[in-house]
Amino acid sequence: MLQYIIRRILIAIPVLFGVTVLNFLIINLAPGNPVDMMVNPSATPAQLAATKHALGLDQPVWVQYWNWLVQLLHGNLGFSYSTREPVTQILMAHVGPTVLLMGVSLIVGYLIAIPLGIICARKQNSWIDYIVTGFSFFGISVPHFFLGLGVIYVFASKLLWFPTGSMNTLGGDGSFIDTFNHLVLPVLVLATGIGGNMVRYVRSSMLDVLGKDYLRTAKAKGLSQFLITNKHALRNSLIPIITVIGIDIPLLIGGAIVTEQVFQWPGLGLLTIQSITSRDYSTLMAINLLAACTVLFANLLTDILYAVADPRIRYD
Amino acid sequence: MNMPLDQVKPLLQVKHLKKYYPIKKGVISKTVGYVKAVDDVSFDIYPGETMGIVGESGCGKSTTGRSLVRLEDPTAGQIIFQGKDLANISHKEMRKLRTDLQIIFQDPYSSLNPRKRIGDLLAEPLLAHKLATKEEADKKVNEIMEIVGLPKQYKNRYPHQFSGGQRQRIGIARALMLRPKLIICDEPVSALDVSIQAQVLNLLKDLQKSLNLTYVFIAHGLGAVKYISDRITVMYLGKVMELATTRDIFENPKHPYTEILLNAYPIPNPHERNRNQMVIEGDVPSPANPPKGCVFHTRCPFAKDICREKAPELTGKAHLVACHFPIDERNA
Amino acid sequence: MSELLKVDKIKTEFQTDKGPVTSVDEVSFDLKEGETICLVGESGCGKSVTSLSIMHLLDRNGSVTEGSILFEDKDLAKATEAQMRKIRGNDISMIFQEPMTSLNPVLTIGDQLTEGIRLHMKYSKSEAKKYAIEMLKKVGIPRAEGIIDEYPHKLSGGMRQRVMIAMALSCKPKLLIADEPTTALDVTIQAQILELMKKLREESNTAIILITHDLGVVAEMADKVAVMYAGQVVEETDVYTLFDNPKHPYTLGLMESIPHITNPDDMRLTSIPGSVPSARNMPKGCRFYDRCPHAMERCLAEKPELKSIEDKQAHSIRCFLYENEEKDYEKKHAEKEVSS
Repeated sequence: MLQYIIRRILIAIPVLFGVTVLNFLIINLAPGNPVDMMVNPSATPAQLAATKHALGLDQPVWVQYWNWLVQLLHGNLGFSYSTREPVTQILMAHVGPTVLLMGVSLIVGYLIAIPLGIICARKQNSWIDYIVTGFSFFGISVPHFFLGLGVIYVFASKLLWFPTGSMNTLGGDGSFIDTFNHLVLPVLVLATGIGGNMVRYVRSSMLDVLGKDYLRTAKAKGLSQFLITNKHALRNSLIPIITVIGIDIPLLIGGAIVTEQVFQWPGLGLLTIQSITSRDYSTLMAINLLAACTVLFANLLTDILYAVADPRIRYD
Repeated sequence: MNMPLDQVKPLLQVKHLKKYYPIKKGVISKTVGYVKAVDDVSFDIYPGETMGIVGESGCGKSTTGRSLVRLEDPTAGQIIFQGKDLANISHKEMRKLRTDLQIIFQDPYSSLNPRKRIGDLLAEPLLAHKLATKEEADKKVNEIMEIVGLPKQYKNRYPHQFSGGQRQRIGIARALMLRPKLIICDEPVSALDVSIQAQVLNLLKDLQKSLNLTYVFIAHGLGAVKYISDRITVMYLGKVMELATTRDIFENPKHPYTEILLNAYPIPNPHERNRNQMVIEGDVPSPANPPKGCVFHTRCPFAKDICREKAPELTGKAHLVACHFPIDERNA
Repeated sequence: MSELLKVDKIKTEFQTDKGPVTSVDEVSFDLKEGETICLVGESGCGKSVTSLSIMHLLDRNGSVTEGSILFEDKDLAKATEAQMRKIRGNDISMIFQEPMTSLNPVLTIGDQLTEGIRLHMKYSKSEAKKYAIEMLKKVGIPRAEGIIDEYPHKLSGGMRQRVMIAMALSCKPKLLIADEPTTALDVTIQAQILELMKKLREESNTAIILITHDLGVVAEMADKVAVMYAGQVVEETDVYTLFDNPKHPYTLGLMESIPHITNPDDMRLTSIPGSVPSARNMPKGCRFYDRCPHAMERCLAEKPELKSIEDKQAHSIRCFLYENEEKDYEKKHAEKEVSS
């Protein structure tokens, strides 16, 4: 197992390298460059050229990439072209809010979806099954911006129960309760989508397992329905659930771009949009790198969890 | 099958047939060993006879049968049929020979395309080999359906509309469409109910007589094999243990495995229930890691030191046996 | 020997979109302590459904709608789920056809063995484990101490069936239902398992309902036999009488259609023409009518009942051919009752 993990990490290195090359090329192919966005519109061509030269943007793309890579290997992600702050510092400031938002959304979504999925499977074709399945389709298909604007209209501007956006009240004390109030609406939006998706997988995976011979064996032993469902059936239906979780984990980093925009949540999503509009190459590269790492890590974690959930899966 | 065997030319000869499946491990899929599904199997099949192949699961009987029609590519050995070595010809050449070699499977349902009508399914091989026009094929379908006992108005039905026994009749009909010389029957009645089994076995027997067919009949049910076979090959862990006429196998088995296999069958007579039964211990070893020496020595009640060291050769003229201590010599 | 189980004219129905489908109809048999009855018949004859009906293990849409199942004077047909839970695995346990899929792949052998023991026998965790190892040894599993912590996929089919047997017998049930326990196994392994079941039966005096389609297994194991066809018992008697003097045309046809290794060389098998009628459109009269060589006009319209005839042992048949013998038997027994 340990050997397998080491091998997977070694394979991840060339993959990451490829990802950075591709990203760098794509970003450079996009029209415009940071200098256009940061200097005064009345600047002369000579001034522009001088700024470009100072930033190294007049060099060929591969030289720029090489410089970036060398710095990266020294642990330096560079400076933002638009704010002149170190990228690491910017990233740090934005990762926290996003992980908080998405983490809470994932947990809330799963806590609601997994039991509901089990109940739907146990009571297939009952009214509760129809209602939950209906809601899950709604959750999957409604766009986040639409649902986001909807809940803002109802709960924030009409009912005034929650703030319309941001993470803390401006000038407020930044207390836990304040943050919690700000979290409710965006979590509601995100958890609807996450939960809707999960319900369907749990339901179908449970249905599959509930028809298996070994559950009849368990019942023939005189076990209670609770034990049959939660000990014998649930563990067997974990594989598809783990797969979905593995796909969801990268959302922790990049899943809330639209929602963060709608709720003005100061996270990575908002940062991504800002960096794109200001052609802030170094920040974008850092965000991409972080996202790629998360995906690779999530895949590895998924594979490890498979082996934990199902003793028939062994990596050796 | 009235002439002595050595005066008839065999229809098909299997010589030292091997089929190994590599066991792969690691990132670069290094081969770390082989599952020896079929390990050095040789036998001849004579025109008009039925060669039964019996053995327990994992003995390689199905792999052998599938190799004969090149559904598996043999690892080594020769399969001589009409002067050609089936084990070593191209798939294109094999395609031409497929008209003479057909196979019937255990589960006819999974081998029938569920979206095609039976009439089309049956006509398919004729049209694929460009052996007939549409009208001719249609006529032929009617004819064959009658032969296997299916009313021809069933032509327009889909596979799921038939019962298990009828599906196996369709499987047989499909194999007969090209007028093959040899049909491999891979557990054709194992999935059927007893009363239906008898129908299919009788049908196969009648067809053999009227169409002069040769069968290789693979099954784990000894009763069915005895009923239909002229000669029987007993296999264990990829190797032939014994090969003899049906009568010799049942009345005068020489290999201890054959004897134990026959003995393990429950007899449908309650008055015999207290007979002295030979029950052997243990499971069939894994073909990925077969025992050294004679593959049967781990379960053989008569195993001696030599059996653990040296694999016995398959010897004999008409009654072949691979054992250091075959039964008649043991008793002598 | 006292009466343990009395199944009386049960009817099992499945509710489907197209209305109820009856898959078992008027099935009756009884069983004494330590006795083995074989339910024999082809697929779809209702032998498995009968056993699942006794255990209340039918799919959600299936239930026993008529008749009674008396087990130690309790009517299981009317038992609640809570009552059944106390009986299942404790008084009545069951083993199934597919040893490869009947054990939970993600739980260890020990885990699956001990949960029943702890539930019904109220053993502590360590006591249960010790007892489970003992059970594994009893069913002939080598290295029981090691195997108990393994997962099922490490075991062969024969070994898994032994585990199933250990599991079923661990709470010392009065009745064991074995649904085709050896059908999926190789012959040499089947012989081992049958041998084991015989040994354990002798030791524990457990009554067995053995479901099989193999008359060889019946001859080997049964005390008495109920031959089933299309959801009904068509003939019931003790094993010797059944094989020596089979009566019902279906039983006769079944016996003649099996190619057996002791058959003479050139004997042609007699096959039963046609196939089993589907549960959706059962014939009104005798269900064997269109396959029976002796079918008469009245068989089409009239339903034969399962009735006793005079024989060495109790012997009942569902066929009009034996009507006279059935009447004789009735008369004789009516006289007996009057005189006593």
